Amino acid sequence: MDKDWKIQQPDGTLTVRTCGWSPPGDHPVGCGMKLHIKDGRLVKVEGDPEHPISQGRLCVRCLTLPEYVHHPQRIIYPMKRVGKKGEDKWQRISWDEAMDIICDKIRYFTDNYGAESIVVFGGTGREACLYYYPLAFSSIGTPNCCYPLSGWSCYGPRCSITDYILGAGYPEIDFAGYYPDRYDNPNYKLPEYVVIWGKNPLMSNPDGFYGHSIIDMMKRGTKIICVDPRIHWLGTRAEHVLQLRPGSDTALALGLLNVIINEDLYDHDFVENWTYGFEELKERVQEYPPEKVAEITWVPKEQIIEVARIIGTAKPCPIQWGLAVDENPNGVQLGHAILALIAITGNLDVPGGITIGPPAALMGKWRMETRSQLPDELWAKRIGAEEWPALSTAMATTHPDETLDTLETGKPYKLRMGWFNSSNFISATCSAQPDRWYRALQSLEFNVVQDTFMTPTAMAFADIFLPLPTFAEHDGVVLTHFGRNAIFMGAMNKAFEVGECKSDIEVCIELGKRLHPEHWPWDTAEEFFDDQLKPEFGFDFNDLREKGVFQPSYEYKKYEKGLLRFDGEPGFNTVTGMVELCSTLFEAWGEDPLPYYKEPHYSPYSTPELFKEYPFILTTGARTFTSFHSEHRQVPSLREITPDPIVEINPEAAEKLGIKDGDWVYLENMFGKCKQKAKLTKTIDSKVVHASHGWWYPEKPAEEPSLFGVWESNINTLIPHKHIGKLGFGAPFKSLICKVYKAED
Amino acid sequence: MSQYGLLIDYEYCTGCHSCEVSCKNEKKLAHGVYGIKLSEIGPFEITPGNWEWNYIPSPTKLCDLCADRIEKGEKPACVLHCLGLAMDYGPVEELAKKMAAKGKKMVMFVP
Ligand code: SF4
Ligand code: SF4
Repeated sequence: MDKDWKIQQPDGTLTVRTCGWSPPGDHPVGCGMKLHIKDGRLVKVEGDPEHPISQGRLCVRCLTLPEYVHHPQRIIYPMKRVGKKGEDKWQRISWDEAMDIICDKIRYFTDNYGAESIVVFGGTGREACLYYYPLAFSSIGTPNCCYPLSGWSCYGPRCSITDYILGAGYPEIDFAGYYPDRYDNPNYKLPEYVVIWGKNPLMSNPDGFYGHSIIDMMKRGTKIICVDPRIHWLGTRAEHVLQLRPGSDTALALGLLNVIINEDLYDHDFVENWTYGFEELKERVQEYPPEKVAEITWVPKEQIIEVARIIGTAKPCPIQWGLAVDENPNGVQLGHAILALIAITGNLDVPGGITIGPPAALMGKWRMETRSQLPDELWAKRIGAEEWPALSTAMATTHPDETLDTLETGKPYKLRMGWFNSSNFISATCSAQPDRWYRALQSLEFNVVQDTFMTPTAMAFADIFLPLPTFAEHDGVVLTHFGRNAIFMGAMNKAFEVGECKSDIEVCIELGKRLHPEHWPWDTAEEFFDDQLKPEFGFDFNDLREKGVFQPSYEYKKYEKGLLRFDGEPGFNTVTGMVELCSTLFEAWGEDPLPYYKEPHYSPYSTPELFKEYPFILTTGARTFTSFHSEHRQVPSLREITPDPIVEINPEAAEKLGIKDGDWVYLENMFGKCKQKAKLTKTIDSKVVHASHGWWYPEKPAEEPSLFGVWESNINTLIPHKHIGKLGFGAPFKSLICKVYKAED
Repeated sequence: MSQYGLLIDYEYCTGCHSCEVSCKNEKKLAHGVYGIKLSEIGPFEITPGNWEWNYIPSPTKLCDLCADRIEKGEKPACVLHCLGLAMDYGPVEELAKKMAAKGKKMVMFVP
């Protein structure tokens, strides 16, 4: 790419090249774009044709960035609450005053109740994911850093499972992102098939995977198989859609393994040399013949067999696993079974198959290592760590469900101060039963919120609001998969300023320098990035700006070359040194070492009586092009495209209930109720409904009890607390039951 | 001089709306006014498992084929930003050849 990343145009416009991340959110996808600044305003955002991954393409969320950046409701100065909690009364203050107030409070709580009485909450996907851990451990000094989603049901389970089974970072399908010449690179091989399991990458751009790479591959000849309860647009272009019953995924994966193993379609060489526990797995999958799996999953037996044969014989045939693995109490077993499918069919660490990174790298590694700055006895107080070792070994956080219990009971100790970084989790995003969290969080005495807009969560709880800059307004480094599989790295460049905003790392440094200066030798964000990059790559942040994008390239079959284990021996970095088809660690933690199927907590089969009252299976959380979870609802051009929360219902089922397309309906179950707008579509089974998440209404009254209408369409109020798997992972966001009826009000 | 047009491959138009929004940005169009607008056909099932579901963006008379951008040697805004890389710009004869070569789900507009 061109060395000049900042160009002054003859008409006075400043053009700055950057790679996007957040806020506003998405994952670290790092799309290339040009920001045009005139008279202190962002006037236009354009795609950058030189960027090797996005190649000029840009989605509507970035194309409308000027509307977000200069939105009249955006908060661009530090604010202090001057009314009661829940009242919309604020006073602008300086950063110095904000920091003084915050530091006094942190010292007060630490001195009187111990640093563990402070909890830092972080949201999903945004850049904050790299910084809210060090904010807790290193700047504040508390062991309690919490991602509040029940069962840690987003990304964390997949990363942990991979760590235990493969001893590696995130397994991503090979889309040639490591190479400047992409699909033409001689080391690359185009996948014959890609299996997309519980995911819609075109809309979600998951964790650094550029979603439309799927389309690039399809144009070159890759065929698609989808595993999904909904037929989404990509499904209509797929060779197969295994349209399964929500929550029955693990049975399907075991059924596919059954066919592949019994028909001898697996890679003998890989199985013999690089796996542990194949015989045990073989015995286990005998319990899942295709006819039984067809009954459980509602996927026809013939289709299960046909797809299993494709997965067993197509080369390469990577499987891209989605959020459906995490949002399932039986998800650890699902993830394990999918990794087994990938491994025994010879698709691991091969060209066009599944690539694997190190368990952590760069800032992704640093964020975890900062926990060693806490004394052991303080680290031992981390909420839920002892009770849930499988979670607390891989994740440096508290256990989310235990954290809610602690807030409610004051046990093992009372939490007194909250810090919410980039998380609006009383909206239907990262919490189950957000109404219960809302009540429990009232017990906190003092709260800080870092965000860009006054969200329902900020309005309810913030005492101090610290404004975050968008990615157009601060420097940063975009790292796909947060460093767990750094396909490429991009420079995020500050192009201009709006108000007085400070980025996550800037706040970490400023607060850290006041409270724990020994951990914070850097004066600026740039110095920090220099220190992160230089030892590993020999270049600094400014060099990265000039490169624009850095693609480190990829070494295949690392397990043969001794490149995966810390001791430099061939094999995988697991207890047995092999891919663990039978897991030594799961067994040590009291779980079955082999994958098994468990029926959802609530379903037509596990709770038939309840199902009569609540006769639909409820699945939630599909993504749209126009929002990142609860973000973007206030951007006019995006709201015009997606004005309302949509629940998808099959027309036959809707007709019986007298529901027409466009009617507002209530969704209700044993736990809660909410209102969404019906969309009738045959792409969903007549016994299943799909509801949208992340809805609140920035145009509705801000103050309590409305809180921007956060409770009106809040689908997570229907999801129960602590219905999680045996190892502490996975909650049933995608497999509940409910009834649906027309809203007369 | 040849007539120029826009070619849409609606096998791969994913309905992302980037054409619509980038055109609005380029042409500074008011709310509710479009230089190109997406329409949706389907989804409906023709035979079991065989679905039809297409998105097709149609330019309006506000589309001048991005004359200013072309002059600067750039692609039209919609073509550049299209996530499906499903749009092309060029002389109609050339685009017609591309349509024929692909042989399905192609449409050309001469706005
Ligand atoms: S060519 Fe330009 S003016 Fe025409 S639809 Fe595309 S962006 Fe709009
Ligand atoms: S930008 Fe391309 S893929 Fe997106 S809606 Fe328009 S034509 Fe379709």
